[in-house]
Amino acid sequence: MLDVNLASRAPALAPRSSDAGVTVAPLGPQGRLSLRIKPAALGDDTAIDGFDLSGPINSRRSAGDGAATRTALRLGPDEWMLLCPADDVEERSEALAAALNDTAHSLVDVSHRDVSFVVAGAEADSVINAGCPIDLALAAFPVGAATRTLLGKAEIVLTRLAEDRFTVTSWRSFAPYVQGFLVEAARHQL
Amino acid sequence: MLLIRCPYCGERPETEFHCGGEAHIARPDTPADISDADWGSFLYTRTNPKGLHAERWLHAHGCGRWFNALRDTVSDAFVTTYEMGTPRPDPISETAKA
Repeated sequence: MLDVNLASRAPALAPRSSDAGVTVAPLGPQGRLSLRIKPAALGDDTAIDGFDLSGPINSRRSAGDGAATRTALRLGPDEWMLLCPADDVEERSEALAAALNDTAHSLVDVSHRDVSFVVAGAEADSVINAGCPIDLALAAFPVGAATRTLLGKAEIVLTRLAEDRFTVTSWRSFAPYVQGFLVEAARHQL
Repeated sequence: MLLIRCPYCGERPETEFHCGGEAHIARPDTPADISDADWGSFLYTRTNPKGLHAERWLHAHGCGRWFNALRDTVSDAFVTTYEMGTPRPDPISETAKA
């Protein structure tokens, strides 16, 4: 019998350091599921397989901790990105599909499409603002906010984990550009 | 930078958006039954006003949703934005508000 998963995957990029106070670190593999479902079809049942889908548009909701962490980013009126540990993604995918069996929805595993970075440091917001025009003041983009936006020429998904800590997620082929952009911006940050 | 108010995401920079031309143009139900002139008019004739213009906009690098906007073609000011499928707001009262 043929082994199903014969592919060995090389990491999309190696870490690059910046000497500045803001660090730009690629995150390792992560499970990512793109879920599209109409909120009306979802109804009041906003917790599905441990994912909390109750957040408003452009917010991040996280539940559980350690290996059981399940995070839901609401990126649009009917679009969520669900994050879970990389080796958990097939199980989560099956459980979600079973839970939404009777409802019209689309659930796609996009784990290998994206690369995520953690941008951390006191001036992390101004490093991201070097290429991203949205307002990152705490009042406008609070902790727990998540949105799709632009960084330079690349589309990114930006989330705020803490006042001085963000994740930046871009498509795999844009990752070297995004990494270079952020490292260079951090280098020029004084 | 010009800010556009997406009905779903709030005020966002213009670079996240794409314009999709004039709004509220209904496609004829039975194109085969109408005259060539009417079909040509549906395809190509636009109001091109000097002043308030209802347009379709796409929040491409954001929530990915289409919405409509009333924009002044002289000043490039966005008077209001509203969800697809809702009727065009009354421009006089909107101008009075702005």
